[in-house]
Amino acid sequence: MTDLSTLEAELSAQVGAAADLAALDAVRVAALGKTGSISNLLKSLGSMSPDERKTAGPAINGLRDRVAALINERKTGLEAKALEAQLQAERVDLTLPAPARRKGSVHPTMQVFDELVAIFAEMGFAVAEGPDIEDDFHNFTALNFPPKHPAREMHDTFFFNPRKTETGEDGERMLLRTHTSPVQVRTMVSQKPPIRIIAPGRTYRKDSDQTHTPMFHQIEGLVIDRDIHMGHLKWTLQTLVARFFETGSVTARFRPHHFPFTEPSAEMDIQCDRSGGELKIGQGSDWLEILGCGMVHPNVLRHCGIDPDEYQGFAFGLGVDRLAMLKYGVPDLRDMFAGDVRWLAHYGFSAFTAPNPASGLS
Amino acid sequence: MKFTLSWLKDHLETHASVPGIVDAMTMAGLEVEAVIDPATKLKAFTVAKIVEAVQHPNADRLRVCQVDTIDGRKEIVCGAPNARAGLTTVYAPIGAYVPGLGVTLVEKPVRGVVSNGMMCSAKELEVAEESEGILELDDSLAVGTPAAEALAQEAVIDFEVTPNRPDWLGVAGIARDLAAAGVGRLKDLSVKPVAGSFPCPIRIEIKAADACPMFAGRVIRGVKNGPSPEWLQQRLKAIGLRPINALVDVTNLISYDRCRPLHVYDVDLLVGKTIQARLGHANAAHAADGHASEHLLALDGKTYAIAKDMCVIADAGGERPVGLGGVMGGESTGCSESTTTVFVESAWFDPIRTAQTSRTTGITSDAAYRFARGVDPGFVVDGLELATQLILQLCGGEASQVGVAGAPPAPLEPLAFDPAYVHRLSGLSIAREGVLEILTKLGFKAEGHGATLTITPPTWRRDIDGKADLVEEVARIAGFDNLPSTPLPEVPYPTGGVLTPRQARARAARRALAAFGFQEAVSWSFTARKTAELFGGGTDALVLSNPIAAELDCMRPSILPNLIEAAGRNANRGFDDAALFEIGPVFAGDRPNDQRTAVTAIIASHPARTWDKSGAEDVFAIKGQLMTLLEELGAPTASLQVAQGSASSWWHPGRSARLQLGPKAVLAEFGQMHPAMLKALDVEGPVYAFELWLEAVPEPKKKATKSRPAWRGSALMPLSRDFAFVVPQDLAAGDLVRAVQGADKALIAAVRVFDLYQGPGVPEGSKSLALEAAIQPSDQTLTDKDIEALSAKIVAAAEKIGAKLRG
Repeated sequence: MTDLSTLEAELSAQVGAAADLAALDAVRVAALGKTGSISNLLKSLGSMSPDERKTAGPAINGLRDRVAALINERKTGLEAKALEAQLQAERVDLTLPAPARRKGSVHPTMQVFDELVAIFAEMGFAVAEGPDIEDDFHNFTALNFPPKHPAREMHDTFFFNPRKTETGEDGERMLLRTHTSPVQVRTMVSQKPPIRIIAPGRTYRKDSDQTHTPMFHQIEGLVIDRDIHMGHLKWTLQTLVARFFETGSVTARFRPHHFPFTEPSAEMDIQCDRSGGELKIGQGSDWLEILGCGMVHPNVLRHCGIDPDEYQGFAFGLGVDRLAMLKYGVPDLRDMFAGDVRWLAHYGFSAFTAPNPASGLS
Repeated sequence: MKFTLSWLKDHLETHASVPGIVDAMTMAGLEVEAVIDPATKLKAFTVAKIVEAVQHPNADRLRVCQVDTIDGRKEIVCGAPNARAGLTTVYAPIGAYVPGLGVTLVEKPVRGVVSNGMMCSAKELEVAEESEGILELDDSLAVGTPAAEALAQEAVIDFEVTPNRPDWLGVAGIARDLAAAGVGRLKDLSVKPVAGSFPCPIRIEIKAADACPMFAGRVIRGVKNGPSPEWLQQRLKAIGLRPINALVDVTNLISYDRCRPLHVYDVDLLVGKTIQARLGHANAAHAADGHASEHLLALDGKTYAIAKDMCVIADAGGERPVGLGGVMGGESTGCSESTTTVFVESAWFDPIRTAQTSRTTGITSDAAYRFARGVDPGFVVDGLELATQLILQLCGGEASQVGVAGAPPAPLEPLAFDPAYVHRLSGLSIAREGVLEILTKLGFKAEGHGATLTITPPTWRRDIDGKADLVEEVARIAGFDNLPSTPLPEVPYPTGGVLTPRQARARAARRALAAFGFQEAVSWSFTARKTAELFGGGTDALVLSNPIAAELDCMRPSILPNLIEAAGRNANRGFDDAALFEIGPVFAGDRPNDQRTAVTAIIASHPARTWDKSGAEDVFAIKGQLMTLLEELGAPTASLQVAQGSASSWWHPGRSARLQLGPKAVLAEFGQMHPAMLKALDVEGPVYAFELWLEAVPEPKKKATKSRPAWRGSALMPLSRDFAFVVPQDLAAGDLVRAVQGADKALIAAVRVFDLYQGPGVPEGSKSLALEAAIQPSDQTLTDKDIEALSAKIVAAAEKIGAKLRG
């Protein structure tokens, strides 16, 4: 039995001395492998007498189990140590920057378009569109601008060169629409009332300064039905400004004005505060004009094939860029169209802030 | 249009203050643009009297004055030669801002004597352009009287006159509307005629009745012309007009008072005894080459060519132009201080012709402005009578009888009107009597009963065009504040949203590209014609005849140049790394169908260096973004062909392609921009880009429900097999992928290229492409035999297009 104790002591020492998993495995093979020292002892049981086997059997088996357990225990320890070492070796400096990801943005005018569409969609307005290059009929005549009337002059229209007729004379002269009202005309011509649309788009006037650019964006609205009156117009626009400016309450007033295409015509002002060089909407005692509106002129309805004795309704139009400037504090309209990446980063919106009634407009 | 409160009070009995008037104007539709109140500017200045003025001990030209002021007696040093004891003048205290000097007064010694304020000249208070010495005021003014009051400086109200309301271009017209709005009582505006004591010696002839339907005039002889009296000069100066002489000032006064432009001719300078209104002479010899045959040296000292559609006033039997009717008179017959006999013209000129003449000549006179908008045809003779009264009053003399040629244009037709229409159109609840009261106060005449009224608009309201105009009159005077706020009737909520599929796609593209890291820009729809030509545009039909700038003279054929130029501008500012996109119109012609919506993105990739050496984007980055975007938009990406080499000329020929469903269904172009084109735009490359046309993306089929086909996830493990093929160098990898994919469409779920190799081991002129075929069994596990058979099919399919399995 002394042999077994000696062997166990030797093996224990070898297990304890194994510095890594490979060395430990060598010890395992030397003891428990096919020709390992303990395996050989087990094999020797077969040649023993039953009496010898009775005592030697449990002793050898016990030795095998203890050594195996010892090896396993040591293995677990060594594995943990190896993992520890590996993890240490895998350390990186996480203060190093991650690969740069480009940060995109949505243009403020387009964000405001989406805001307005969201507001009007809730009121049941569909979105209509039309061409930027228009003819005189859709941009002026159908909208009750008499030919050569001074009101046309006020529009600073961009014109193309006259088309040549077959005989080589000057024919029709196309123009860039000065408002999105031609879309209203196209809608009324092609669609029977009731009509409830907004018409967003690019518009053009020959003008350039801090608050005017040769191209800008408008949204116009049009509602035609049998009993639509100015009270509906007032409610619609009051609802619009209250929702759009997101300031709780906005006081608006209507002033009479003149547009050839509406009768009666009005402009809407909202209350604001200009003190301290900063414009604040929804407070103060100043007024800021934000849109023009009115009841669609009977002549316009007639031009579009709608009987003004049967149907009536309202229209309004507002400058989208200007609304964006007011709401988000953009000082110069011209910057809107300059494509300066710093400006776009500053005034742009996240891709993931699509306006909706649940999380708010902006 | 400008006016003062005192002028308004000539026609309106009111106690309203300037702010009250301004509010009432605004709410009646007269949009006030500014109130220029000198009282604000002159607030600190008051009347003072010099009690004593002695020589300054240390300066010859200065005086030390003892002055009685609102702040008590002050010692003030003054350099004005007229500073003398007993003078009533204007005092400015320490701390006052003197507008004419642009300085704020501080207490400081002047040559050793402390001056406790300042005495001011008219120029220093900006009440005159030039002045000598300090103001000398009436001695009856009490010390402390506000300077604005002492100097009769009134607030001037400036407001915008909408083109439909020429009657507001006269102060009397403003008074009428304000009276209707309840601000006061309108005074009698009627004009008493002046009887003439002799026949008018000038014969008036109209040769162009459509240009000048009516012309009235009379001669006043024995006048003494000269500077007009102080009240008249003051009135004109207050609104920014320059007094000239009494005769001319009277015409200007009536122009602004009644919107009745007039003209005065010196009869002694007229040739002949006839004044004629006619069109410009179309001299055949000149007309042929477009040159005018006549010219006018106008009162502004400039010579104007007279076109044949202009209205000309002529003397000398109709031969000599002496004025452009309704626009400007001629210098040859103008009135001066030596005029003793005057002919006064009061005519009605056609608005459109007047506007055209004004535009053609570039003359913007007060008369043209008014005639172009349409003055009151019922006031032609009255205007002449009013002028006669004033001329007789200011210049004396003796008036002839009135001569009239022609007649005023036909009055507007009376309108049938049901007062209930006011409620129907405006929502306002106003009783019939209220409606009639407002209309009557505005000068409309109402006849009839109940719902069948006949309304005759006043002669000065030629803008009234129908019953809606009458509603506007009633509503604006009743006040838009009183309009109800009525919710829109509920309508069935549009199922599926309010956007068209194309609009919804534009919106999705915007959000997707922003999420990919592109910044959205909005650039002009125009570009320079030569730039448009570089991008396949620039046709005559798309060139503006009146561009705002030469480099913005043509509608853009593509958004690419706009974004590339924007990237260039950013680079010039030191920011050369840009990823931009824009969604907007591009134009192939001037018809509605020629306009398409482009979604365009560019990457000018110049990223900063990084520690991990992650580099700049390349052409595959833009391809990836385009393909992902198309997928997001629901385009049939699996069927898209990458037609390399067939993109437009502005792309790099070897690094660009069209994405198409067929040669006539091109969805997009993408790639690297052509270096020559970047050079032409003066932008440093490389620039990668795509342009996608939303109209070209097929719309998904409409389905009855939103339900999707049932999902079946295979329970069987997918497996993959790798193949390496040697192919000719010019064989497109995409063709090989498609061939392999086509070997068994049921089993092969995807084919991926995982290696591209050229070099040793691969024959010259060939390349090695390694593919991984992802195989998804559907019904049963594949046996080795099945897989072998599939592999053979794949190899065979590849061989068909010239690929060899690499040994």
